[in-house]
Amino acid sequence: MAQTERGWTDYRVEQIVGNLLRGGVILAAVWVLASGILYTSRHGGAHPDYRVFRGEPTDLRHVSGIVRDSLRGRARGLIQFGLLLLIATPVARVAFSVFGFAEEHDWVYVAITLIVLVLLIYSLSGVSL
Amino acid sequence: MNIVEFTGLIFLGSLVAGFLGSLTGLGGGVVLVPMLTLLFGVDIRYAIGASLVSVIATSSGAAAAYVKEGYSNIRVGMFLEIATTLGALGGAFVAARVSTSAVATIFGIVLLFSAYQAYHPPPEHAEDDQPGPVAAWLRMNSTYPTPDGPRSYSVRAVPLGFGLMYVAGLLSGLLGIGSGAVKVLAMDRVMRLPFKVSTTTSNFMIGVTAAASAGVYLNRGYIDPVLAMPVMLGVLAGSLIGTRVLVAAPVRVLRLVFTGVIALLGVEMMFKGLSGRL
Repeated sequence: MAQTERGWTDYRVEQIVGNLLRGGVILAAVWVLASGILYTSRHGGAHPDYRVFRGEPTDLRHVSGIVRDSLRGRARGLIQFGLLLLIATPVARVAFSVFGFAEEHDWVYVAITLIVLVLLIYSLSGVSL
Repeated sequence: MNIVEFTGLIFLGSLVAGFLGSLTGLGGGVVLVPMLTLLFGVDIRYAIGASLVSVIATSSGAAAAYVKEGYSNIRVGMFLEIATTLGALGGAFVAARVSTSAVATIFGIVLLFSAYQAYHPPPEHAEDDQPGPVAAWLRMNSTYPTPDGPRSYSVRAVPLGFGLMYVAGLLSGLLGIGSGAVKVLAMDRVMRLPFKVSTTTSNFMIGVTAAASAGVYLNRGYIDPVLAMPVMLGVLAGSLIGTRVLVAAPVRVLRLVFTGVIALLGVEMMFKGLSGRL
């Protein structure tokens, strides 16, 4: 391993980032699988049609709507919430990196990472592009 | 076809795509959209939404392992993510304003490029490159693990790499793919990172790039939960199996076959796109 020359903090940050990514993906996959089974058990006989693009209903397009649908136990909302967890995983990784670089007093990289974080939050916030 | 059958078939197709993608190192995302549109008749916008989500899953899953092993260069990755996320937002912006035929045509070109690059792997480059001034200032020079202990390397041509990364992000946001081929091109050939560092750092960046455009696609209603579910679970399961059997499989033959499949899909996407049938 290359840790001797690269310092303890870098090594520790890498371990935490690795665990964060793995945990997020596993959590999202299990959530999506469970909600998917729920959905197919309720609507398995329906006929899907993805040939014509209609776009998702407003509820499933925004964080607040997805959370509301999930709390009501709606299966599509629950799956979408799992996908949201997945999208949030790299965002959480970037957010954590801000603290990691701050702990190393590497302010250039704190700034770089903050720029990336702002771009990600901007995209998720639903500002129309 | 009802939901159970449809979901089952999509899961199987995605499983195979993820398996071959990780086994051959070419990535599964690049064949997902052609599979969904050409084989299952899914509208390309839904297909791109589902593909983006699965790209986040596989890249984050693989990145977790590589980061811990110390191959990925987190500083290079983080700095270049400014370019890829900006590009991804731009790509998602463009995607809503051009016709689906144009998207399909561009997709075909990218598939052909990926197949070409997979068939002509980059040559090993000399190790005595001078580090660039930007790389030194940004403290990008690092080491990576080898059997003989850590080996140091330096980074050059950061501004050009940054520009290429913007293009990679643009394609990722427009087409819902990881753009691993362009990312590796930028890091391996332009910035002269060791090949293993390029591929793992590229993987590390793909999740963030895809998340940036996934946000826009979600708000625009392109991400359908019922379609994305089997795609994401299938690709993830397939790529996990792919990394496990890496040693035993005839990778060279599979890589050649998979490259051929990518090239054929590229021709088909271009044809359908140009004739306005997609």
